[in-house]
Amino acid sequence: MLTFTLRRLLLAIPTLLLISLVIFLLVDLAPGSPASEIPLTVPPEVRMKILEALGVNEPLHIRYLLWLKQFFWVEPLNGFDAIFGTSYAEGMQRIISYQSRSPVFPLIGERLPQTLTVIGTAYLLGVLIALPIGIYSAYKQYSLFDQFGTMFAMIGFSVPTFFTGTLFILIFAVGLGWFPTKYDTTLVVTDWESFLKQLRQMAMPVMVLGLANAAAISRYMRSSMLENMSQDYVRTARAKGLDERTVVLKHVLRNSLIPVVTVIALGIPSIFGGAIITENLFGVNGIGSALIQAIRGNDLPMVQTLAFIFAILIVVFNLIADLLYGMLDPRIRYD
Amino acid sequence: MTEITLATKPPETFRAAVWAQFRKHKGAVFGLIVLGLLIIFSMLGPLVWAPEKLTVVEALKSKNLGASLAHPMGTDHLGRDTMQRMMAAGKVSLAVGFVAMTIAIFLGTLVGVLAGYFRRLDGPLMRLTDMFLALPLIPLLLVMVMLFRDKIARYLGPEMGAFVLIVFAIGVTSWMHAARIVRGEVLALKEREYVLASRSIGATPRRVILRHILPNVVSPVMVAATLGVAEAIITESVLSFLGLGFPPDFPTWGRLLFEGLEYMQLYPERVIFPGLAISLTVLSVNYIGDGLRDALDPRIRGR
Repeated sequence: MLTFTLRRLLLAIPTLLLISLVIFLLVDLAPGSPASEIPLTVPPEVRMKILEALGVNEPLHIRYLLWLKQFFWVEPLNGFDAIFGTSYAEGMQRIISYQSRSPVFPLIGERLPQTLTVIGTAYLLGVLIALPIGIYSAYKQYSLFDQFGTMFAMIGFSVPTFFTGTLFILIFAVGLGWFPTKYDTTLVVTDWESFLKQLRQMAMPVMVLGLANAAAISRYMRSSMLENMSQDYVRTARAKGLDERTVVLKHVLRNSLIPVVTVIALGIPSIFGGAIITENLFGVNGIGSALIQAIRGNDLPMVQTLAFIFAILIVVFNLIADLLYGMLDPRIRYD
Repeated sequence: MTEITLATKPPETFRAAVWAQFRKHKGAVFGLIVLGLLIIFSMLGPLVWAPEKLTVVEALKSKNLGASLAHPMGTDHLGRDTMQRMMAAGKVSLAVGFVAMTIAIFLGTLVGVLAGYFRRLDGPLMRLTDMFLALPLIPLLLVMVMLFRDKIARYLGPEMGAFVLIVFAIGVTSWMHAARIVRGEVLALKEREYVLASRSIGATPRRVILRHILPNVVSPVMVAATLGVAEAIITESVLSFLGLGFPPDFPTWGRLLFEGLEYMQLYPERVIFPGLAISLTVLSVNYIGDGLRDALDPRIRGR
C-alpha cells in the first residue's frame, strides 16, 4: 500500500506542473494582456514603469517560475504567518489582484467557506438520497419504483443545473415565496433565528446541486448493485440461510460500494464546476462567482490562481479516489 | 435437418438486428422522435415561420406581448418574435453540439488508435489524456472565450468567430473519454488473428488500422459520440448562460435563457422555453445513447 501511495503521489506532481504551465501560458499568451489596456496617450517611459510595476516585462520562463514560487512558497508562508503571528514572509512579493490591488489569497480565503458549506451540504444530501434509491432500485429491478427511479435519474442527469435552478426560483421563490431568490451574503449566524434564515437561503442552491449529483450517483449505485446481485457468493449466502437483509446490506452492498466510493470522490471536482453556475444564479459569494467577476474584470492573476486551485482540487480528489480504490480493493494495489 | 432449418429464424443483417433491439428500448425511441422533432423545428421551421421585419415603431408597439396567433410564443423586450428566435437559436445550439462532437471524436479516435496500436506512443499519449482529464474545464473554457473572443472576431466576424472559438474549445477539451474507450478496444483488437494475418502478408500499419481496426471500433465510438453531443450542448449553454458565449444577435438556447433571466419574474416563459428545449435535447440524446449501447452490445442483443 505504501509503494502504491508513493507512486500515485509522485505521478501527481508532474501532472500538476504541466497543468500549471498550461494555465499560465493560456492566460499569459492571450491577446488581452495588461499592456493593451494602457491608453496610447501614456508616454513610453511611463508605460514601461507601469508594466514593470505589474511585473509583466520579464521573460516568460522567469515569470512562470516566479508565479510558481509565489504560489507554492510565498503564499503558504504568508498563511503560516497569519496563523502563528510570525513574519517569515515579510518583504516577499505576493500574487496581486489587478482589480482590488490586494493579495489574491486572502480574497479567495474569504470566499472559500461559502462555497464549501453550500457544496458540502449539497454533496452530502446528494449521496444520502442517491444510495438508498440506487440500492432499492437494483434490489427490485424492473419494479415500478425502479422504473420511476431510473427515469428520474435520467432526467436529473440530463437537465442542466442552470435550468433546474431557474425553475426552482420560479416555483419556490417567485410562485410560493418559501425561499429568498438571492443569497444574503451579509448574514451572520448568531442565534436560532438567523440560523433558520441561513438554512432557508441555502436550501435552493443545495437542492439544485444535490439533486444533480444524486441522479448521477444513484445510476452508478444501481448498476454496481445489479452487477453483484447475480454473483455466486450471493447465492451461497442465500443458500446458507442468511436473511435477505444481511445478504443485501452486508454482502452485496459492501462489494458494490467499492466503485461507487471512487465515483463519489471523483465527482467532487465536477461539483465545483457546477458551483460556478449556482453561485452566479443565486448570488452566493463563493469562489465560483469570484472567478466570473475576475474574468469580466480581466483580472489575470486572480483567474490564473483560481483556475489552478480548481486544477489542484481535481488532482487531489483523483488521488484520493485512487487511494480509496486501492485500499478497498486489493486487486488494484498489485497491478 | 429440415426441422432445424425450420426452427431457426431467417438470418438477419447486423443493421436489422441492431435496429430491432434499439426499437425495444422505449426511452431510445422516445428520444429519437423528440430529437427529430426538435431538429425539424429548428431546421425547417424558419422556412414556414418567418414573420416580416418590423419597423422601429411597430417593434416598440409589439414588445413584451404574450402568446397569440401572430406570435405563438410571444415577443421579447425588443418586439422580436420569440418562436423565430427559438428556431434560430436551436439551429446554432444543435450545430455546436454536432460539430464539437465531431472534432472531439476525431481527436479521441486518433489519439486512441495511435496509443493502442503503437506501443511507444502509448505512455506519453495516455499521460496527456490524464492531464487533460485533470484540467478544470469550465474555468478554462471561460478563460479561453474571454481571452480569444475579440481577437478571433476581428478575423472571422463576431458570429463566425464565436462559433469557431466555442466549437473548437469544446472539441479540444472533450476528446479524452473517446480516446480511452478506443485505446482499450484497439489493444484487444490488435491481438486478434485477422490482424496478425494481415500484418504477416506485409500490410502497412496504416492499412491495418484503416481496413481492420477502425471498422471494429465504430460501435463504441458511436455511443461515445451520441453522449458527446449532449455534453457539448450543455457546455455551450453553460458558457452562454454565464454571458460568455455567443453575441446577442446570434442566439443559442443558452443565450436566450440568459437574456430571459432578467425578465424571469414577469415573463417566466422566456426562460422556460429555451430551458425546456435544452433539457429535452440532452435527455433525448442521452436516451438514444443508452439505447444504442444496448443495441450494439452483442451480449444484450437478441435476448
